[in-house]
Amino acid sequence: MSDPTRPDPDALLASIRRSEAKDTRGRLKVFFGMAPGVGKTYAMLEAARKAHAEGRDIVVALVETHGREETQRLLEGLPVIPRAMIAYRGTQLGELDLEAVLARRPRLVVVDELAHTNVPGSRHVKRWQDVEELLAAGIDVITTLNVQHLESRADTVRQITGVAVRETVPDSMIEAADEIQLVDLTPAQLRERITEGKVYLGDRAAAAADNFFKASNLTALRELALRLTAERVDKQLRDLREDRQISAIWRSGERLLVAVGASPFSTRLIRWTRRMAYALDAPWIAVNVETPAPLTPEERKLLEENLALARELNAEIVVVPDRDVAGTLVRVAQQHNVSQIVIGKSRGSPVLDFLRGGSLADRLIRRSGQIDVYVVPAEPRTGRSRWREWTASSASQPREYVTALLTVFGLTLAGLAVQGWTGYTAISLFYLTAVVLLGLFVGQGPILLAATLSALAWNFLFIPPILTFRIDKFEDGLMFGIFFVIALVTGRLTGRLRAQERDQRQREQRATALYQLTRAVAVARSADEVLRNAAAQVQELFGARLAIFTVDPAQPGRLVLHPAATYLANEKEQGVATWTYRNHRAAGRFTDTLPAAEGFYLPLLAGENCVGAMGVKPPAEGTLPVSQRGLLESFATQIALALDRERLRATEEAARLSQESEKLHRTLLDGVSHELKTPLTVIASAAENLADGPLVAEIRTATQRLQRLVNNLLDMTRLESGMLRLRRDWCDPADLINAAREATADAWRGRDVRTELPAGLPLVRADAGLIQQALANLIHNACVHTPSTAAITLSAGADEASHQVWMRVADNGPGLRTDQQGRLFDKFFRGDPGRTGGLGLGLSIARGFAEAHGGHVEANNQPAGGARFTIFLPLEHPASVPPE
Amino acid sequence: MTTAPFPPEVLVIDDEVQIRRLLRLTLEGAGFRVREAEDGNLGLVEAATKRPDAIILDLGLPDLPGIEVLKRLREWSRLPVLILSVRGQEADKIEALDAGADDFLSKPFGGGELLARLRAMLRRVQTREEESGVSFGDVEIDFARRVVMKAGTAVKLTPKEYGLLRLLVLHRGRVITHRQILRELWGPKAEEQTQYLRVYMTHLRQKLENDPTQPKFFRTESGIGYRFSEE
Repeated sequence: MSDPTRPDPDALLASIRRSEAKDTRGRLKVFFGMAPGVGKTYAMLEAARKAHAEGRDIVVALVETHGREETQRLLEGLPVIPRAMIAYRGTQLGELDLEAVLARRPRLVVVDELAHTNVPGSRHVKRWQDVEELLAAGIDVITTLNVQHLESRADTVRQITGVAVRETVPDSMIEAADEIQLVDLTPAQLRERITEGKVYLGDRAAAAADNFFKASNLTALRELALRLTAERVDKQLRDLREDRQISAIWRSGERLLVAVGASPFSTRLIRWTRRMAYALDAPWIAVNVETPAPLTPEERKLLEENLALARELNAEIVVVPDRDVAGTLVRVAQQHNVSQIVIGKSRGSPVLDFLRGGSLADRLIRRSGQIDVYVVPAEPRTGRSRWREWTASSASQPREYVTALLTVFGLTLAGLAVQGWTGYTAISLFYLTAVVLLGLFVGQGPILLAATLSALAWNFLFIPPILTFRIDKFEDGLMFGIFFVIALVTGRLTGRLRAQERDQRQREQRATALYQLTRAVAVARSADEVLRNAAAQVQELFGARLAIFTVDPAQPGRLVLHPAATYLANEKEQGVATWTYRNHRAAGRFTDTLPAAEGFYLPLLAGENCVGAMGVKPPAEGTLPVSQRGLLESFATQIALALDRERLRATEEAARLSQESEKLHRTLLDGVSHELKTPLTVIASAAENLADGPLVAEIRTATQRLQRLVNNLLDMTRLESGMLRLRRDWCDPADLINAAREATADAWRGRDVRTELPAGLPLVRADAGLIQQALANLIHNACVHTPSTAAITLSAGADEASHQVWMRVADNGPGLRTDQQGRLFDKFFRGDPGRTGGLGLGLSIARGFAEAHGGHVEANNQPAGGARFTIFLPLEHPASVPPE
Repeated sequence: MTTAPFPPEVLVIDDEVQIRRLLRLTLEGAGFRVREAEDGNLGLVEAATKRPDAIILDLGLPDLPGIEVLKRLREWSRLPVLILSVRGQEADKIEALDAGADDFLSKPFGGGELLARLRAMLRRVQTREEESGVSFGDVEIDFARRVVMKAGTAVKLTPKEYGLLRLLVLHRGRVITHRQILRELWGPKAEEQTQYLRVYMTHLRQKLENDPTQPKFFRTESGIGYRFSEE
């Protein structure tokens, strides 16, 4: 049982997602009104001016002034991006220049009239999709919208005003808006403005005042707008509760299901459910049960449109093939934990309903158990009789009709020939057999034709009195009636069987294709193999060609065509693919984004990670039904997973190789190090045990020099091979300096070496061994390059301002020559080649070690004379030490 | 302590014959008896059968890593072990010390230093009994009364400072790794928090050293740990 006082984890997660999404997305502000003319554009421009005056980076991308002067005046002084001109049917039309705005990347952009439909040839079909892309790019948008353009209210508005609304904006867009400002005016005020000519100019004003802007219409629209705003405030309050967890409300986890069919009425049903889902803050599913009854092309189109609408309104789409609609709806509802089912009021015939065991609503209610069922009334029927649907569904090829005709004709001839032996009753059985057999080969129409023709022919030619349609005997009449019915039913049944079989085969094919691809992905040794397989499957299933775009390894963010493609994408198509890849959304043909493209493009998403894009190019007249789109999406997922797996494998391989090579390198280095150092150790240790003498001192000096050289060479090798692994630890700079001082005692013995180490030095996070070596190299350098009388000062300190800790080796020797300073830390650079030995590696190593720590070294002359070498390391602050 | 009839015996485990010979010469010259083993397995057998007084173990052995030899040895023996390593093997060195090695010496090493380390190790073994007090420089520590005096006046130490002082002094001459000190004083969870040590060591030096920036007693073994040294 869930604890009623605990917040629902799903709701919390959703809340976190919302705030995460908001971090990167631009903010959307909508100026919302009941009708044109209430002053939305005006209010929006005022807000824009205010933002501009506050110094925000704002541009006007699109404003419709409709010739209104007061609006025009507000535009003055605001930066404007000119519209993109698009040629359409001989004229040039201006549209929002999306590319220009994206390239300009302002903080805030003004885009008027969210519901506008773009000129064909623009990137997106609708302006709200442009805005969506701007938001996704992190640009804030302010815009305007009238209530009649809201998808879920479009029906209501049509009922109120009698005007059909074609330009709609999905509700999700408004729900995702960060701020909605209602621009309100009373109907009387608005009508006054219209008659004054402030909204429409000239004659249009009078016409408008009489039609759309009737007081009754305006009152209803105003109520709609106010109510929507109120609902939103209510929802914001709820969100606030979730975010702040003010007395967490346990919510029931409502989930809605709407049954969608191939009916124009379904759109209403979908919008109704959508409104309800929003009010309940619940997710919803749109379910289509594919019954065996075949659909006409128009019906199929209608169904696709309905499902597309549901998808656009954020429903989850489920398509299940089954004969039993009610049973399937309940099953899907239970699987998805649905709490409420929405269906339309049946408009089928009462007789059929009786035969089926009640209308859909009756059957659903009987079986739905705990689930609520809403039955939403349909609108009046619009023509199309059942009969027309029935016949329309049986469109068959002319060839089949000819076959049916010839069969009946041939059979009649044969019947005439054998009638003498069999009698006329048996002839009916021949006809019946022929009709049943025909059913196996031809469609419903020809069967009907054959059944009718054979019934008539039998009556006319065989039932006495022959050569008339009259039937004298009662049993002949009965025979004729039964024959006709059996022939009809058989024809219909076999036809349906065939249709069912065909659907089954298609489904089977889809399942097989997906299965084969999945298997191919699982066993494929390379992504190439997977892609080639996918291309073949797409060709076979859809008669379409496939192109796969993968991320260019050389230029991240750019796509390259994979060689397994079966069509060559031109630059424009490549552009569509790139858009898909960047926006993680489908584009191209059959979509609202760049619909003029030749191909349909899907992003290849492996989890959150987009690895490329997939293009499908169907034959010119092809369509893309929901089921096929679903299959393509599954294909895309499989391909994406395969590509991603390939990528991971490659990364792993590279890592393994580099590890192997590093191991080899290390072994070699260790070996060389050991071989060089062992004899040196023996010499050095042996020399120490010898009695002191001038020659022994020479041996010791030479050994030390050799040791230094070997160490430097090995250090340099480690640096150069990139195999330096820092073992960082918090170190006291004073300790490091003291240790370096002790390690170089042999070099500076007899000199004046001072340390200036203030108390309270901050710690540095460093590899003690390396920094100590770097310091030792600096000390050694000072000893070599100064006369033996020069003093050396070791000091350390911190510079809070530049976040650095420094450690310094200074001397009071002759100082650095200016021409040397730039090259001092170069490898093999020797300050005075003539005088001293050494390879010139010490300083270079010191610099390498410092840089490996994210620090640097500096060499310069002191104001008072002498050189100073300083190591700078980043100043970090360790976690505080717990008090005792 | 190197007097007859039983001078201490040292087992040298090193694969380099020259190093073994060098060690033998140095050690025998100082009066030790020496045994040699040329790899880890032989070394372990020698250590078990001949029971030497101390072991000198090279970290780079052909058959077993030196650290492995040490771990196996420590399963049954507390024999003092001196690690021989080359520069660049800091990680191995620390691991060896954490695993129970008593001290380390970096190649190349001087004979004098080797003998000093070896003697210090052996001395610690012989004087394992509890001490009630220690004095160094002008500092006197009375463990029984938990009192620390410097130049005749009492020094106030926090419990952690006292703990650190006691740990180092009781193991005088020996390197204690950062990890060992942190685990002992702050518990296993603080093993990586070397900054604690730096801070407390600074306090301790300021209170007990004559010149805290040039510490004489509390010596830093760079990147490894600390060593208390009376010399």
